[in-house]
Amino acid sequence: MRYVLLTFVLIGATALGGCAEGVLDPKGPITFAERQILFNATGIMLAIVVPVMFATLGVAFWFRASNERARYRPDFKYSGRIELLVWSIPLMTVLLVGTVAWVSSYDLDPPRPIASSAKPVKVQVVSLDWKWLFIYPEQGIASVNQLTIPVGTPVSFELTSSGVMNSFFVPQLAGQIYTMAGMVTHLNLQADYPGSYRGASANFSGDGFADMHFNVDAVPPETFANWVASTRGAGRVLDAQAYADLVKPSKAVAPFTYPSIAPGLFAGILSAELQSDQGICVRYPESMRAAR
Amino acid sequence: MSLLGKLSWSAIPVHQPIIMGTVACVAIVILATLAWITTRGYWPYLWREWITSVDHKRIGVMYFALAMVMLVRGFADAIMMRTQQAIAAGGAQGYLPPEHFDQIFSAHGTIMIFFVAMPLVIGLMNFVVPLQLGIRDVAFPTMNSVSLWLTASGVLLANASLAIGEFAKTGWVAYPPLSELQFSPGVGVDYYLWSLQISGLGTLLTGVNFVTTILKMRAPGMSYMRMPVFCWTALATNLLIVAAFPVLTALFAMLLLDRYLGFHFFTVDGGGNAMMYVNLFWVWGHPEVYILVMPAYGIYSEVSATFSGKPLFGYRSMVGATLAICVLSYTVWLHHFFTMGASASVNAFFGITSMIIGVPTGVKIFNWLFTMYGGRVRFTLPVLWTIGFMVTFVFGGLTGVLLALPPVDWQVHNSLFLVAHFHHVIVPGVLFGVMAGYNYWFPKAFGFRLEERWGVASFWCWFIGFHLAFMPLYVVGLMGMTRRMQHYDVLSWQPWLWVAEAGAVIVLAGIACQFVQLVVSVRNREELRDTTGDPWNGRTLEWATASPPPAWNFAVLPQVGELDAFWAKKQRVGAKQEQPMLQRDYKPIEVPSNNPTGFVTSFFVVIGGFALIWHIWWMAGLGLLGAAATLLAFMFHPDEEVEIPAEQIALFDRTHPVEVSL
Repeated sequence: MRYVLLTFVLIGATALGGCAEGVLDPKGPITFAERQILFNATGIMLAIVVPVMFATLGVAFWFRASNERARYRPDFKYSGRIELLVWSIPLMTVLLVGTVAWVSSYDLDPPRPIASSAKPVKVQVVSLDWKWLFIYPEQGIASVNQLTIPVGTPVSFELTSSGVMNSFFVPQLAGQIYTMAGMVTHLNLQADYPGSYRGASANFSGDGFADMHFNVDAVPPETFANWVASTRGAGRVLDAQAYADLVKPSKAVAPFTYPSIAPGLFAGILSAELQSDQGICVRYPESMRAAR
Repeated sequence: MSLLGKLSWSAIPVHQPIIMGTVACVAIVILATLAWITTRGYWPYLWREWITSVDHKRIGVMYFALAMVMLVRGFADAIMMRTQQAIAAGGAQGYLPPEHFDQIFSAHGTIMIFFVAMPLVIGLMNFVVPLQLGIRDVAFPTMNSVSLWLTASGVLLANASLAIGEFAKTGWVAYPPLSELQFSPGVGVDYYLWSLQISGLGTLLTGVNFVTTILKMRAPGMSYMRMPVFCWTALATNLLIVAAFPVLTALFAMLLLDRYLGFHFFTVDGGGNAMMYVNLFWVWGHPEVYILVMPAYGIYSEVSATFSGKPLFGYRSMVGATLAICVLSYTVWLHHFFTMGASASVNAFFGITSMIIGVPTGVKIFNWLFTMYGGRVRFTLPVLWTIGFMVTFVFGGLTGVLLALPPVDWQVHNSLFLVAHFHHVIVPGVLFGVMAGYNYWFPKAFGFRLEERWGVASFWCWFIGFHLAFMPLYVVGLMGMTRRMQHYDVLSWQPWLWVAEAGAVIVLAGIACQFVQLVVSVRNREELRDTTGDPWNGRTLEWATASPPPAWNFAVLPQVGELDAFWAKKQRVGAKQEQPMLQRDYKPIEVPSNNPTGFVTSFFVVIGGFALIWHIWWMAGLGLLGAAATLLAFMFHPDEEVEIPAEQIALFDRTHPVEVSL
């Protein structure tokens, strides 16, 4: 049994050590709080689950048929006290963890702005087959499969999809949220440490899904300003025509940027979806094609 | 428009060596089996005694056999996925291209839920419930046969997609818009939808049948609070089936209308709303989890009481917990999509209800524990599976409560953490339970026990392999690995996926041991013979008749005066307070005659379903007309029953003596 325990501890330690890039290694206030909840709830429940595991093994072993010393009590089939106990233990646990659920659902609600003295950066996200489009409406630029954000500054996302549903997920910075055509979801996050973080779609969306990941570069505010400035300038404008080219399905797209965007593009993507009433046998709605 | 709709030679994936190889192997096995049956001349026997049988015991066995074959198919998918993910790291693409990998994980989920877990629990309920209730059959025996064959039709169609066309590439949940014609123009989603519509109809009929049976047909004196707990959990499960499966049928009907007739229920355009599908899917989907797991809870209750040699601890509490789960399972479905962007109040509400359903489940665990406490626990195979379940399941429950916390769910939803969690509850919860039940009731079904050593080997392979296969998935899930990835770029995930692969191989060994166990048991059946009808010193009525029971189950319906009446009677006989045998007054018994309604109906349904999938409208009409005509013919046919003469019953009782009679 000692060795089993040791193995568990060792596996646990390696597991935690191995999670250097995942949700156990948060880099922002949201994910830090989420990890804390994960730890607290696990701790509360382990306090019950582990004794139950050992009690099961212990009782089964002690009351084995061959054990002469165990007392056989064939009439022990009801006890009001024990019933009270077995209903209260899980009930109390749920009361405790349920409170955590209630409070944290509000505190960490994805649309809730992050308190900060810095003005949030707005990013509009569109999931496409099979890449991510990030529009910076205030900066007037856009990028594909590359999200650059300033460190220590809240980022406020509006998210939608060009067609199938995806889930926007940067494990080290925020929980995930679905992107759905014709609908907008909201998410706020903040990176406290500069670095490059992996983002991906978490909801299966078709053949190119495995390559639908992107880089999140959290950089100092000055670097961010430089990046915006250098992105602006010559190049193809992201207008309806360019968007129509972009929505065509493609896999493993290398990151690139658009130096400027047509006004109202995001609103157009959203409403066009809703207004279109094309037949169903087309790859994409009329509104998503070049003619509009 | 072609006479064969969308069907053409190009539907056969001749350019995919893996698929064609599999198809060839399956074809050889099927042909060899058919040839064997033909040369041995077993067809008349099979037709008379099995295919047209309306006996609940035979139907139960056939459900179980069907599910075991599908377990092999579903597991083949699983090990292919694990192998792909073990090797496709960094730049490697593995051996499965996305369009094939996507079909495999969709088929794995669909098959394991609908064609393995469902028929396993339905098969056990079929076999056990009428025996435990002390009656001779279910309420509607022919409908029972129709249910079985409709399920088999669904299985056949889903598997036909391997050779002809393709299966869905959408995941087993088939969320739109991805499953709409716009994004999935092939026949894969249609295979998924029609095979599940057909088998779902069979399941619904089973639900109606068993609710009626349990509510209306118990042995004389068996009031509700004298029913064995397995019957209670079966009642709860079938109530859930009756309430939940129509939702699924309606939901799939809407998606079919979208795909076939250009409706806009869930489309991107035309005012459709895909999230309505997601909602309705889980309104069925969460109760489905309990439909699967509650019969297993019943099995654990029977096994822990029988092999501890004492009554189930807290019977009333267990019944209450069962009914509580039954009701609460309808209040939690939104926890499957906390990431949809619902308001904080909605998320918090469903988070808490999801935790509350853990309370009755926790109560059950404690009550099983106290059932063993003060008992004389015999470590037979069913007990091994039960204890294996208890220690594993509590941890699966722990991760379940974590997922019920919205902020944690946002971090691990759709990741391999989630995959690990639901396997952690369904494999120990359902599959271990079914294996316990299989080893427990096998002697009742066939008259001999299953061999122990291979069974023990199977258990340990499953137990160790399961942990090795799924514990690493928790880790990679926390590392940010999302599910359904055909390849990935993060190399640090790979070692964990190799461990999981090793676990899958050990589980494979466990499955192999199960089959060896069966073969060895059949060979040594004379040594393992159960001559008393009560090999385990059981408590409930199924042990009060011969093994295997005659077609009429009980020569005289047992009189039930208390809970565990059979056990109580044995105690009184042991204490010389009562005579073991009652004076028997044999009367002729009418049993429903076997008829091919179920098989013929399903034959036409398969034709109709296949035609609908491929848009062969004339053939679809033919199939549906044939099915309807068969059912009508049965309905207007005068009731046919065979009368078994009293002498034959008396003779059977003399040659198959039981220890005590009720």
